[in-house]
Amino acid sequence: MSLVALDNIRVQFPAGRRTLTAIDGVSLDIGPGETLALAGESGSGKSTIGNVVAGLQRPTAGTMRFRGKPMDKATTRAAQRAIQIIFQDPFGALDPRMPVSSIIAEPLLIQRIGTASERADRAADLAEQVGLPRDSLNRYPHEFSGGQRQRIAIARALAPDPALVVADEPLSALDVSIQSQILNLLGALQQARGLAYLFISHDLAVVNHLADRVAVLYLGRLMEVAPRADLFATPSHPYTVALLEAMPRIGRRHRRAAPIGGEMPSPLDPPSGCVFHTRCPKVREICRVEAPVLEPAPGRPGQRSACHFKE
Amino acid sequence: MRTDRAVSPWQLRWRRFCRHRTGMGSLVVLLLLVLFVASAAPVAWWLSVDPYETDLLSQYAPPSAAHPLGTDDAGRDELVRLMLGGQISLLVGVLATAVGSVIGLTIGVIAGYFGRRLDAVLMRFTDGMIALPLLPLLIVLGALDLTKLGFSAEFAHSAAAGFWRVVIIVALVDWTGIARLTRAATLSLKERDYVRSARASGGQAAYIMTAHILPNVATPLIVAVTLTVGRVILFESVLSFLGFGIVAPTPSWGNMLNNAQELVTTAPALAIYPGLLIFITVIAVNFLGDGLQHAFDPRSER
Repeated sequence: MSLVALDNIRVQFPAGRRTLTAIDGVSLDIGPGETLALAGESGSGKSTIGNVVAGLQRPTAGTMRFRGKPMDKATTRAAQRAIQIIFQDPFGALDPRMPVSSIIAEPLLIQRIGTASERADRAADLAEQVGLPRDSLNRYPHEFSGGQRQRIAIARALAPDPALVVADEPLSALDVSIQSQILNLLGALQQARGLAYLFISHDLAVVNHLADRVAVLYLGRLMEVAPRADLFATPSHPYTVALLEAMPRIGRRHRRAAPIGGEMPSPLDPPSGCVFHTRCPKVREICRVEAPVLEPAPGRPGQRSACHFKE
Repeated sequence: MRTDRAVSPWQLRWRRFCRHRTGMGSLVVLLLLVLFVASAAPVAWWLSVDPYETDLLSQYAPPSAAHPLGTDDAGRDELVRLMLGGQISLLVGVLATAVGSVIGLTIGVIAGYFGRRLDAVLMRFTDGMIALPLLPLLIVLGALDLTKLGFSAEFAHSAAAGFWRVVIIVALVDWTGIARLTRAATLSLKERDYVRSARASGGQAAYIMTAHILPNVATPLIVAVTLTVGRVILFESVLSFLGFGIVAPTPSWGNMLNNAQELVTTAPALAIYPGLLIFITVIAVNFLGDGLQHAFDPRSER
């Protein structure tokens, strides 16, 4: 059974008199112990999906299920314990007025797990597990570097022993050398605890390193959902192809220097038909009229893409 | 402290406060002031003076064994009256500030955190309070007949009624600055990632307000609150001067100072003593605020 299942989720925000549709018709599953990566340009709605899964954003339409159950009061409480979130900016993610031990133990305090001294012990254990120095506990966030702060945020997320961690661009604000450390830490923790990740990233190299499956988003719609190896070897959607083309790779000449032109259209005024048609190299008449549905690519049932001319 | 055993945030704050010299010094000064005003009754008994009994034969007496600081314009012992007046002034300062701050803090945090309609209503109410002309309002509130509000005539004319009247009037008009300050800080704090991760873990509004928002508004708030204490003590003297606050014969530093105004040339000491005490109190409270600010802000190193 899937850990989290999103079914036809839509998220809209009021923007003056109009409505901004950040997410439309997104259905996704995250299995136990799995890493699902959300990829796409900024503004594609990756973080909004992360917020929905973490319970920070109520969907306008559609349902979310946690371990097969709809989000009633009891399930929500279980999900708040089992789903934790870490953010991009390690400077804003930690309360500057809280010592590290309180930050790490916070989810336990909120959920009234254990006594104060048990929580302090657990914070000390977690600090060690994520590789923080022994003397960190009584220090404050400003005394740490970006990488160490991200370790603190990870320890905090692990405190209630979650099943799923939503990682919203956890590496983007870090130096490259630190990125690989944190990436390895996330991998090791997954191995040890059977964690699932919803890994939000615009960096396809990182996604390739970590993900089991990848969902590609564009303008709040799913373009392609596929196992990692399939997606990188045989991308089905032209947008995925374009993203892979734009990915810098060592030892590769820039063969075709025409990735995707133009800007992402405004989500206030999405294009008709297929939302990608304004920038798509394969665009035909039908694309402007009819929105394609997410269907398996020919001959690859595990790889689904939303394109009239999928490969 | 470089230990691997977690210490509670309050212990850490107390340790930081202890390292702040002027803050610690001010705390000592304030404790001494409290001790000073609390010893009014024993000292009066020991000197065997009645601070309310006028003795027109010994007006403006110089300091002596019987009257260590001399006597005032009605021949009453100045030292004991300063002690008694200090009880009123310090209590008014602390209570009115506390009540006003709690009102302002509550309104500010609620308006900022919940936003939308509630924010609009609360902030327009606050703006309205700011726009009210202060002096006429004070006069109206001060002249309010307490017996018509259902209090007994005995209470309405007692010294306690005058005291509470001042506390309530000051608290009712002096919370707006703190409310606006708190609201502005809350608006930016509630979107921080640490607040969002607390919400994702199931933190309710009450938890987030007390655990994240209050400690983070503490710095600007402490400054505002300490400035308020000083202002309230002076404010009390204005009210007393208008005849609505603490009225003679009950002494307060405010009305003693006002009383001494016309006597500055004959008996300057009578103005200097209460003025000096108000001055020391306000300074000490401000430095105490400095120390608290240091204790609450882990980034301020010294």
